[in-house]
Amino acid sequence: MKTKSTRKTKAAALDRDHALYLLRSMIRIRRLEDKCAELYSAMKIRGFLHLYDGEEAVAVGVLEALTRDDAVVATYREHGHALIRGVSAGCILAEMYGKQEGCSRGRGGSMHLFDDKTHFYGGNAIVGGGLPIAVGLALADKMQNRPNVTCCFFGDGAVAEGEFHESLNLASLWKLPVLFVCENNLYAMGTALKYTQAVMDLARKAASYDIPSHAVDGMDVLAVEAAAKQAVEAVRAGEGPHFLECRTYRFRAHSMFDAELYRTKAEVEEWKKRCPIETFTQTLKSRGLLSEADLEKIERDVEGEIREAVAFAEACTWEPVEDLTRFVYSERRMS
Amino acid sequence: MTNGVETLRKVTYREAVREAIREAMQKDTRVFLMGEDVGHYGGCFAVSKGLLEEFGPERIRDTPLSESGFVGAGIGAALGGMRPIVEIMTVNFSLLAADQIINNAAVYLHMSGGLFNVPLVIRSATGGGRQVGAQHSRSLEGWFAHIPGIKVLSPATVEDARGMLWTALEDPDPVLIFENSGLYNMEGMLPAGAGAVDIDRARVRREGKDITLISYSASLFKSLDAAEILSREGIEAEVIDLRSLRPLDEKTFLDSVAKTHRALVVDEGWRTGSLAAEISARIMEGAFYELDAPVERLCSAEVPMPYAKHLEEAALPQVDKIVDLARKMVKADG
Repeated sequence: MKTKSTRKTKAAALDRDHALYLLRSMIRIRRLEDKCAELYSAMKIRGFLHLYDGEEAVAVGVLEALTRDDAVVATYREHGHALIRGVSAGCILAEMYGKQEGCSRGRGGSMHLFDDKTHFYGGNAIVGGGLPIAVGLALADKMQNRPNVTCCFFGDGAVAEGEFHESLNLASLWKLPVLFVCENNLYAMGTALKYTQAVMDLARKAASYDIPSHAVDGMDVLAVEAAAKQAVEAVRAGEGPHFLECRTYRFRAHSMFDAELYRTKAEVEEWKKRCPIETFTQTLKSRGLLSEADLEKIERDVEGEIREAVAFAEACTWEPVEDLTRFVYSERRMS
Repeated sequence: MTNGVETLRKVTYREAVREAIREAMQKDTRVFLMGEDVGHYGGCFAVSKGLLEEFGPERIRDTPLSESGFVGAGIGAALGGMRPIVEIMTVNFSLLAADQIINNAAVYLHMSGGLFNVPLVIRSATGGGRQVGAQHSRSLEGWFAHIPGIKVLSPATVEDARGMLWTALEDPDPVLIFENSGLYNMEGMLPAGAGAVDIDRARVRREGKDITLISYSASLFKSLDAAEILSREGIEAEVIDLRSLRPLDEKTFLDSVAKTHRALVVDEGWRTGSLAAEISARIMEGAFYELDAPVERLCSAEVPMPYAKHLEEAALPQVDKIVDLARKMVKADG
C-alpha cells in the first residue's frame, strides 16, 4: 500500500507555452465565475450557485492528464471542470440562464452541466452520488477493452458517504480504470472536516482499499498536474484505480446563500495568500516565463471570451413550455 | 410448431426468467448480470443457477453487499455502452440503492437535456407471504411507479417472466422489473418459441361482464381464483393484469369498466398513497359516469408485515376477501 504525504513540486524545466496555458485556464475559470456571481446578483442566474474560487488548480491540473476519450464525472461545483474539458463558456452560461441552447438545454442549471462530446457526465448534486457512476463507466471501458480512464471528482464531504466506500471497494476489487480525485477544501458545506471525520487524512482511507493514494497541494497547479499524470498513467496501464487527495480551499461562500458563520475572515485571508493563480503567476515571473504584457494579454483574451459568452447567453432562447415533459423518456428506441 | 398448433412446454417462473437472461446474454455481448449472490451461489432464488458456468465471472458478476455502489455502477456501465441487468436481491434492499435509482437513473436523461439516456434493467424480487417479517416482505412497486423517468414492470405469468426482459433491455431508459418471490415455483405453459413481449399494455386475463378486478403480480392469481368462485355464483368477473405499473395502460382498464361498470383494485401495496389509489382516481377521472358502484380497493393492511402466519395472511389480500367484496359490490345494486 502506497500512501505518500504531500508531494513536492519538481522544479523541472517548464515549457513556456504549457505554463501559460495552465495559467490562462485557471484565469478563465476565475473570471467566468466572477461573472456568474455578478449575474446571480443581477438575477440572471437563479437556484444554487457554487463557485470554485481558490480551487482552480485542481480541475486544471487533473484534466490536463486526461485524453479526449476519457470520461469525467464531477460535482455541483463543476463550472470550471466543464469549461476546461471543452464546454464553451457560452453554453455554460446559457445553461445557468436556463436557456435551451445551454449545455443541458436549461434542464440542469449550474449544478448539472453535461456534455456528450467531451464525455462530461455531470454535474452530480448528491454528494457521493457520482462515484458509483464513475465505477460503472470504467467497468464499461474495461469490459469493452477501451483504454480510457474515468476521472471522478468529489469533495471531502463525500468521503463520509457510504457510496464513497462502496465505490472504492468495487473499483479496487475489479481493478477498474478510475482516478478518484478528492477536492478537499476542508468544509462539507459549512462543517469543518475535524467535526466530520475521525481520520482526517483522507488519502489513508483510499489506501485501506488497497488503492494507491497520494495527497497533493491542491493550490499548486504543477504539483496537481504532475501527480495526476503519474496516477492516470498507472491507471491506464491497467494497475487499477488511483486516488488523489487535492488539498485546497474555497475562497468564496459554499453557495450564494451562505453567510459563512463557520470560519473566520482571517482564515480565508490566510488561504488567499496561497491563491493558485497568484502564486503560479509569481512562479512564472520569477522564472522569466511570464511578462506583464503576457498577463495583460491573457486577461484581455479571457475578458473577451466572457463578454462573448454573456452576449451568447443573453441572445439564447427559452424552451417552449409545450416541451415541458420532454426528456423524461427517450424519444427514440436504440439498437 | 406443427400444423399450426404450438408446442407447449411446462416451465417454472424461475426457469422462464433464467431462460430470458440466458437468451439476452447469448444475443448481445453487451448484456451482463450483476448483483449479490448471482454467480457462485446461483442467485438467492436460484434464478441465475448455472449461468456463471455458462458465461463466466465477467458477465455473471458477483457483487459485494453494496446496493448503491453496484446499482450506480450499472448506471455508469449503461452510460458507457453496456446493457447491464442489475439484480437487487429483494425490493427491500432497493432502499439502499434508492439514491442511485431515483436521483440518478431516473433523471440523467432529463438533467442532461436529452444527452445521456440510461439503458439499465434492474430486476428485483418483491412481495410478502413467506413469513420473513417486516424487513423482507415489502411491495414497493407502486412507490417506484411514482417516479417519472423509470419504467416499472410486474410480470405475473411465465410468458411475461420469459418475455419482458429482452424488451426491457432494448428500451433506452431504465426499467425496473419486479418478480414476486412467491411466483418463482409457479409452473405455466410456454410456447416453444416464446420470446419478447410488449411491455406497455395491460392484458385482460379473463373476460367477464359484471365486475372488473384490476391487479398485477401475485395478486393476479388470487383475482383469477376469486373470479372462478364468483363464476359459480353467476357473477362473471373480468380480470385485468396491469403488467406495466409505469406507464399505466389506462385504456385497457377504462374500457373494461365501461363494460362491467364496477371496479375492484387488488394491490399488495399498502392502501394509503398506493397504486390502487392511482387507479381508482383514474377511473373516477376517466369513467365516472360508467360506474354503477364506487370503486373499491383491496390492499394490504396498514401494518409492517408480521411474522406469524395467520397475521401475515390477514394482512395480505386473499381470495375470500376478493370474493366477498366483489359479491357485495355486484349485489349492492342488484
